[in-house]
Amino acid sequence: MKKECIYSLKNFYRDDLNIYGFHFGKGEKAACIVGAIRGNEVQQLYICSQLVRALKNLEEKGAIVHDNEIMVIPSVNHSSMNIGKRFWATDNTDINRMFPGYNLGETTQRIAAGVFEAIQGYSYGIQFPSFYMPGDFVPHVRMMDTGFQNASLANLFGLPYVVIRQPKPIDTTTLNYNWQIWNTNAFSVYTCATGTIDEPSARMAVASVLRFLTRMGVLRYTSHSGYIASVIHEGDLMNVRNDLPGLYRRHVEPGQEVYRGQVIASVIDPLEGETISQILAPTDGIIFFAHHAPTVMEGTVIFKIIRRLHE
Amino acid sequence: MYEETKTVVSVGLAVDEQLRVMKHTLRPDTLTGEEKRICIVTGTHGDELEGQYVCYELNRIIKSHRDCLRGIVDIYPALNPLGVDSISRGIPMFDLDMNRIFPGEEDGPVAEHVAARVVKDIEGADLCLDIHASNIFLREIPQARVNVNVAASLIPFAKRLNLDFVWVHAAATVLESTLAHSLNSIGVPTVVVEMGVGMRITEAFCHQLTDGILCVMKDLGIWSGDTIRPKDPIISQDGEVGFLNASAPGIFVPCVEHWRNVREGELIGRILNPLEGTVEEEVSSPIGGMLFTLREYPVVSCGSLIARVLGGDYA
Repeated sequence: MKKECIYSLKNFYRDDLNIYGFHFGKGEKAACIVGAIRGNEVQQLYICSQLVRALKNLEEKGAIVHDNEIMVIPSVNHSSMNIGKRFWATDNTDINRMFPGYNLGETTQRIAAGVFEAIQGYSYGIQFPSFYMPGDFVPHVRMMDTGFQNASLANLFGLPYVVIRQPKPIDTTTLNYNWQIWNTNAFSVYTCATGTIDEPSARMAVASVLRFLTRMGVLRYTSHSGYIASVIHEGDLMNVRNDLPGLYRRHVEPGQEVYRGQVIASVIDPLEGETISQILAPTDGIIFFAHHAPTVMEGTVIFKIIRRLHE
Repeated sequence: MYEETKTVVSVGLAVDEQLRVMKHTLRPDTLTGEEKRICIVTGTHGDELEGQYVCYELNRIIKSHRDCLRGIVDIYPALNPLGVDSISRGIPMFDLDMNRIFPGEEDGPVAEHVAARVVKDIEGADLCLDIHASNIFLREIPQARVNVNVAASLIPFAKRLNLDFVWVHAAATVLESTLAHSLNSIGVPTVVVEMGVGMRITEAFCHQLTDGILCVMKDLGIWSGDTIRPKDPIISQDGEVGFLNASAPGIFVPCVEHWRNVREGELIGRILNPLEGTVEEEVSSPIGGMLFTLREYPVVSCGSLIARVLGGDYA
């Protein structure tokens, strides 16, 4: 293992931001893995730290196939994580909306450019991002429909689902999108948590990356075969919104099968304690995404359901 | 003259409160159906306040010359009311910049639902002005920002707004999510105005723009009252703009006034180290021209924008 500072931002009132890449193996740039780009992505940081640990052990055992190099960048934005902010510490911009970056531009454009330069040329790019809506997912691999994506490769992670997202204009500045445009097969891996550590899904994520690298001929590693993923298009997920605001009680979990008409959440009057709304599943299917905050605004997308899919 | 205040969209918050996007409509008592309609929109970013005073002034002037109103004026002071109230640039509890989610989606997440309702409400207007106020870091002269793809149709309006500068900028895919792009796409000519600085009101700039809005209203036949003769703005393309970014962190102290001509190589300011009393960087202009953007907030990081200069001689 070789630890390298891939980008450094000089600071005045606090220590410099040093972004580290951990290299394993030597030779062709096989795979690059990027963790926390936002300051609350603790689960993503944890997963990458566990990957560094696992790859270090595997390298010592000679399990990295000759002429393959892997780089892991566990944390891009600990300047924000260290002070409890999600976005960039000073101007609140989002580094994951700054790619491919600009090395003569504003601070977060420079950070994005510095990181993007370091991660160029890898055959496979794996990012652990977080979603812009607060909630929990079924573990899945997500790809942008850029015309360059390869869903059959995404299946090799062995996670239950592969989701193809039709990019919106705002997605064109994310790492995943730009990686694909710059000829890296890019995958975003989502687990069940962001601001907290969810050990089971973190273990699942680590295993999925090691499984993928093994199947791509980068590692020699024996693992469970995982799932044969269901490939779904994000636009096909059914949004379920609540009618009334208040305190929110979720009755089903991501991954759970539900039936049309089943009560999947309740809203409680925040002042008088009565249940004022019960949200019913509008279809049979599997819960893919579930809102997790204790309160809810009117009309919030509280579930996304994969229609007519059974366990 | 008839006036009314309406709720454009409301969303119930968790505990005993509604998020309400409001608009105030001013129009003649009797409508013929031929009246033109202008929408004044601001407060998308909760930390940009210059537009608040413009809305007030426009209301005040119209209401003090009621007989001069010949068309419909819709004033939306706060598309992001919770952001304005809580000094938050974005929509509180929502990750994305509100000006990156248009045209929104009726059945989407709350913020996108709000965005969709706003677009629907403005649809059909003859002109929309989307007033912004930079951010808390930079001070801007009164200017219009116009996407090159729609410049031909928007510059005639932008030139009448009594602004100092019209910046015709390159198209970028990410900007397709702005309110202005969404409205222009559905046939509502929409000009973005940037002026002043975040969290402050620059009265002179607000009066200047308000005078310009009345000129445009007169052009459209919405206003028959007295107007000024608007300024002839400088119109520029992207390539003529020089950017100055900090190379060192510290405290930026300018040594020139905003909105003046600078020479190539002229000192714009210094980045200071207060701990050791040293100058970390002397920031000089890369080109000669007009300093139309100048940093207001002193603390800078590597890369922080210090100034923008429009190349040319504007003495």
